[in-house]
Amino acid sequence: MVEHTIEATKAVVTLDAAIPGIIWGWMITLNMWAKSIGTGVILIGAFLLYRHNKETMPNLRWLMPLISFVALNVFLLFTLVDLHQPLRMINIFLHPHWSSAITVGAWMASLFTGLITLLALIGGMNEHQDFQRHCKVANWARSNNELYEKIFPYVVFLAIPVTLYTAVIMAQSSARELWQAPTEMMQMLLAAFLAGSATLIFIADDWKVEARKDLALVLAVSTALGFMMYMGEYFFSYKSAEAEETLKYIHSGGAYSGEFWMAMIFGFLAPFFLAVSSIKEDNKTTLRFAAIIALVGLYLAKDVWLKIPQLLPLS
Amino acid sequence: MKLGFLVDLNLCMGCKGCEIACKVENEVPLSSWRLRVKYIDVGTFPQTTRNFTPLRCNHCENAPCVRICPVSALHYLENGIVNIDSNRCIGCAGCMMACPYGAIYMDPETNTADKCTYCAHRIESGMMPACVVACPVEANIFGDVDDATSHISRYIMEHQNNGGVQVRKPEKHTDPKHYYVGGGNQTLNPLAHERIEGYNLFNNVTHLDHVGDPNHSILDRFIGGGHGHYSNKSLADEKIGAKTKEHETQGGH
Repeated sequence: MVEHTIEATKAVVTLDAAIPGIIWGWMITLNMWAKSIGTGVILIGAFLLYRHNKETMPNLRWLMPLISFVALNVFLLFTLVDLHQPLRMINIFLHPHWSSAITVGAWMASLFTGLITLLALIGGMNEHQDFQRHCKVANWARSNNELYEKIFPYVVFLAIPVTLYTAVIMAQSSARELWQAPTEMMQMLLAAFLAGSATLIFIADDWKVEARKDLALVLAVSTALGFMMYMGEYFFSYKSAEAEETLKYIHSGGAYSGEFWMAMIFGFLAPFFLAVSSIKEDNKTTLRFAAIIALVGLYLAKDVWLKIPQLLPLS
Repeated sequence: MKLGFLVDLNLCMGCKGCEIACKVENEVPLSSWRLRVKYIDVGTFPQTTRNFTPLRCNHCENAPCVRICPVSALHYLENGIVNIDSNRCIGCAGCMMACPYGAIYMDPETNTADKCTYCAHRIESGMMPACVVACPVEANIFGDVDDATSHISRYIMEHQNNGGVQVRKPEKHTDPKHYYVGGGNQTLNPLAHERIEGYNLFNNVTHLDHVGDPNHSILDRFIGGGHGHYSNKSLADEKIGAKTKEHETQGGH
């Protein structure tokens, strides 16, 4: 009987309303994951363009903004779809509340997506001169090829706050103690580096070896640092009673513990070793495999971190 | 003017009159609560006590929900009430992530966030909140905490010695305007008591499967999923369901 199993010092809820379960679910995980790719390819692409001659990475100029464009649209779609009143999204632009990181993020992400669309258009149309030859927009893009290089530095600059603002939303979500950590900022940035490098690996087949090795290096560093930061949270997050209670969902086994360790081992540790081996020997298949599991691992890690704080009763 | 609320837990007898009055006054849908009374049993049988804790929005002076709301749907009124404009709310649930007291819910009928407003519409007409009127033992005390002569201010002053007046989660620095007298860690701290599946008096769930309309998304609307049913079943429902099934197998209608 229950009266024999409950410690004297503990209290037990005997009547209450049902408490909400997970409110921000897989759509928000997918949203964050896609944003990491969307901003990450730009940040890593800029790094590669700084390090190497662009002629050695011939498809980067048009594929980088195109991939970012697709990922950002997935991000925006799921942001919209997750709203309970999606048609009122317009209120963020008509009645913005600037103290909210959601508002600031929505404005920045919209501007960023607009600029990326422009880059994708200019890059794509100049790469494919025969495509839509009589289309006015396509011809305008072809005749303004130099605009790409003028816009690109601003896009790279904007990619950083667009990557980071989700951490500020999490900081403003003050009911979820686990997210109240400055390390969230670094996690977001590392996620962008990881996702960006992993995604660009799929288009790097024809690039020179040094550029591909740089991608492997970024992937290795971001997975290693990401793993260490998660381990830091795992071992040192006894900063508050709520964070400690939240981490019990990982510490004490169960589905979220399995998902977490799957992410850590197959999503961070394994890609790290595979990427390091690819730096030594330029093995495209190994590197691609590392990229795939790193992307899956990133999704799983974000999923666990998003959901477990929502399982705690708040009142 | 700064309106505040105080609940004297020594007086509360858990009748849930306030809960029902709130539901009726504000037409709060099924599975949702602006105000709920939680029963917490403390001690080991036979030395046990049952405690009742009414829980509602704390109308914080430094409200995280107001800060995170992207469209100012959550806003302060001049009298200190944290109000919500459901016509502006986009249903992002950011406020539900921010409120440390779990006081905000997603209304399954309007698909917008909602919460206790201290019955702002009644106060505007010079009336007391519905829960205050309904309480048979005057455990709910409501008034202007800025006015030193108000009932609530005098009550706070009378009980403030020896830690007699508490707020929930003061470490969150939200400066709540909802006070408790006679509370303790075991009644006010949600981590200090256990929620054991299956041992509740009337309901056997501790989590809702869905918050708001389960088919709320654009995709669902285009696919035409319609409204799903809630799994917030009670033990009573199960018995009724079993009886209905039995009735049907016996050829009943």
